[in-house]
Amino acid sequence: MTDNASGVLFDLLHSQLVAYIYSTIDNKNKGVSQLESLGFRVGVSLGEQLTKDLPRFRDELEVMKFICRDFWSSLYQKQVDNLRTNHQGVYVLQDNAFKLLTHISVGKQYLDCAPRYLALSCGLIRGVLSNLGVKSVVTSEVISMPSAKFQIMVQRT
Amino acid sequence: MAVCIAVIAKENYPLYIRCSANVEDELKFHFTVHTSLDVVEEKISSTGKTSTAGAPDMREFYLGQLYPSEDYRIYGYVTNTKVKFVMVVEASNTQIRDNDVRSMFRRLHNAYTSVVCNPFYILGSNISSKAFEKVVAGMIVDEQKKELFT
Repeated sequence: MTDNASGVLFDLLHSQLVAYIYSTIDNKNKGVSQLESLGFRVGVSLGEQLTKDLPRFRDELEVMKFICRDFWSSLYQKQVDNLRTNHQGVYVLQDNAFKLLTHISVGKQYLDCAPRYLALSCGLIRGVLSNLGVKSVVTSEVISMPSAKFQIMVQRT
Repeated sequence: MAVCIAVIAKENYPLYIRCSANVEDELKFHFTVHTSLDVVEEKISSTGKTSTAGAPDMREFYLGQLYPSEDYRIYGYVTNTKVKFVMVVEASNTQIRDNDVRSMFRRLHNAYTSVVCNPFYILGSNISSKAFEKVVAGMIVDEQKKELFT
């Protein structure tokens, strides 16, 4: 019961946050990057909190599995539906019913507004990964609501 | 009760060091903590290779006696986010047990998590939170207080 309540709270707060950012900024193109950097800071703190009680991660794949299972379920009350990788540092997370998009539409309506609703989540993922020692670039893609794809490109030096 | 507690960031620079009241030894503690980092690094990288051990690698581990000639024992703890906590305890302090050290590290970790979640804390900067200082003060042995009991 409490899980559901916090999920609803986050969903509503998030949609209002996106609306607020877009109503107060001067340059509409900066909205996505602002949301993404917001998500980054929150992701770092969230990563610290959530990994406190888990055993140590052995490699990158375990970090990704943590993101797909524990991280996703604590934020969106469900796990990522599909994780694909090319074993060379590119991971694709697919969520067929992304929580923050389900209330917007099903299909193609409002598709052009979808990126701003995914920006915060991209930042969240980047923040958690950076805290766990994985530098990455996270992008998102929506082909049909509410299914979303997040692509993580790990920057290896 | 520890003599010195240090929090070291992922990039191996100190976020917080606090020693007990002896001021002249402070530099020695800084040096001790810094050299113990080498052992820490070695332990982190070596456990990545060992695939035996049935139990998963828990995040805490002990360095044991780093300098057998001096009278200090040094304990280390690493989190998933590669933040290291180092604690220096006097070897003459035999009352302190393994479980005590573990619980002290747990409390430190919880305090550190609270610091990171504080939106006013800039990541990677020195920790100046009063709440964190209070937790650490509760763990550091105070020379003045010791005299009160003897």
